[in-house]
Amino acid sequence: MTMKKAPIWCAAALSIALGLLAGCSGGGDKGNTVELLNVSYDPTRELYAAINPKFAAQWKAETGQTVKITMSHGGSGKQARAVIDGLDADVATLALAYDIDEIATRSDALTKPWQTRLANNSAPYTSTIVFLVRSGNPKGIRDWNDLVKPGVQVITPNPKTSGGARWNFLAAWAYGRKVYGSDAGAEEFVSKLLANVPVLDSGARGSTTTFVERGIGDVLLAWENEAFLAQKELGKGKFDIVAPSISILAEPPVAVLDGNTKRHGTTEVAEAYLKYLYTPEAQDIIGRNYYRPNNPEAAAKYAHAFPELKLVTIDDEFGGWQAAQKRFFADGGVFDKIFAKTRR
Amino acid sequence: MEKFGKSTARLCLIGVAIAFLAMFLVLPLVSVFAEGLSKGIEAYGAAIIEPDALSAIRLTLLVAAISVPLNIVFGIAAAWAIAKFDFRGKSLLTTFIDLPFSVSPVVAGLIYVLLFGAHGWLGPWLRAHDIQIVFAVPGIVLATIFVTFPFVARELIPLMSEQGRDDEEAALSLGASGFQTFWHVTLPNIRWGLLYGVLLCNARAMGEFGAVSVVSGHLRGQTNTMPLHVEILYNEYNFAAAFAVASLLALLALVTLILKSIVEWRFDHRRGGAGH
Repeated sequence: MTMKKAPIWCAAALSIALGLLAGCSGGGDKGNTVELLNVSYDPTRELYAAINPKFAAQWKAETGQTVKITMSHGGSGKQARAVIDGLDADVATLALAYDIDEIATRSDALTKPWQTRLANNSAPYTSTIVFLVRSGNPKGIRDWNDLVKPGVQVITPNPKTSGGARWNFLAAWAYGRKVYGSDAGAEEFVSKLLANVPVLDSGARGSTTTFVERGIGDVLLAWENEAFLAQKELGKGKFDIVAPSISILAEPPVAVLDGNTKRHGTTEVAEAYLKYLYTPEAQDIIGRNYYRPNNPEAAAKYAHAFPELKLVTIDDEFGGWQAAQKRFFADGGVFDKIFAKTRR
Repeated sequence: MEKFGKSTARLCLIGVAIAFLAMFLVLPLVSVFAEGLSKGIEAYGAAIIEPDALSAIRLTLLVAAISVPLNIVFGIAAAWAIAKFDFRGKSLLTTFIDLPFSVSPVVAGLIYVLLFGAHGWLGPWLRAHDIQIVFAVPGIVLATIFVTFPFVARELIPLMSEQGRDDEEAALSLGASGFQTFWHVTLPNIRWGLLYGVLLCNARAMGEFGAVSVVSGHLRGQTNTMPLHVEILYNEYNFAAAFAVASLLALLALVTLILKSIVEWRFDHRRGGAGH
């Protein structure tokens, strides 16, 4: 054997490795099983962990087919970005409509219009933003204006990557505008609030862990569901929920990524999966997981659990998500401006 | 008096070093195991044999099993070329080998998204042929190969340069073929250094978080390696399970360290003995 044959060995090793790669990415015969990938935002981990087996059981009973649902969780904006970059999801269940709009605009995974395909703007439940404070509320936090006091540390994720954080930001803005009567007043109020934020995590769950587990901050601006989860299941008696005088109605939407499901042949089961979210059974699970159900019966059953709040909507207050995103969260938008100022 | 002063200084220095090690290495390591076992040994076992955890362990081993052998081949080839031959662009090649060390792992992940993502250079072609690279196992393997690339080569280059090419030239002049020379002369000379590089490479391949996190897509039971699985469990308030899996990773690191010490010892021993 001569020196020249060495490349053959390299080539052999390479082809074995590539063979291995192909072997593990190719699925082989799936039989009567169908797979769904649900790309979701951060706090829905427990919700879909409860819903998926129920839907799988129902689908099995109806069609005899086994459905295996894989979950991916992360900040809403980050997840949308991954789908745009080619994460091959069948359904997107994100924190706000803008992120799903982005998928439709920037990739062929989803065709427009998508938001009218399911009831209630494709949002099977609603939620809102509340405050989570440490037990006994030592800093006396009652409303938004208490968050800008000196020495109060506020925990909220980064609006650039997190959907929840964008709702937080807009809720604060709505309060500022109502109290100070102008956008300039709102901007000053939100600037003061952001100056009190010591950590910006990339997703809502990261912020909750920062507040609950690492013990940083005096108040967490949180999804209502996330606040209840932290209060009831993580540290019983360690946290109180404070409902501010005004907050925002959050409608986290869901969509079948029809561009992807057509390729996978999963359109039918993906549609059934999202429709299932609207059934009484799923609505009850939704209520149990501290989201506000649409279904009147489930809503009535869990109404006592939720604080009564004055809720503004994104459409009335900010002219819809497209406008709000462009004005506040796009590069060079209001958030960037304020953030650069507060960190100076 | 002077002697006493010296030994006090020595004791102080040793004490500081030990205290530092205890604070920053031993204590966190112990706390990982303590937290992992906080809900009892059954919970610990259950966290590790849970299907998603098992799939993460399998994926981590698979990634290491692919990337380490490839890096052995690449590493030896590169080190051999650089240490035993003279050619133009040699220092450029050396710089390129070091590149993964100087690039942030996040960037290492993003370059693959830019290359193979749906809107990347090769994305449309890959999609048309239904090949998934990023957000799937191949992307994780590629990112791991990238970040672990320098370990073997970096370990071998100084060793091979130091050994020079006399042995190989002697073998060749005695009529050995290129491959025989490599197998019977070069490889035995570098085997301990190679093993050392492989261990380091393997440790990093199993432990890599940043680059893998970018290309993984975080699909449970599919594209989660052990470090990513630890993060998911932690974010789900499943702290005992998170630390159980983390302790398994720490165990792997400990085993690597022990093997490394053994290899180091043999390596020194052999080099010391080679003078005779």
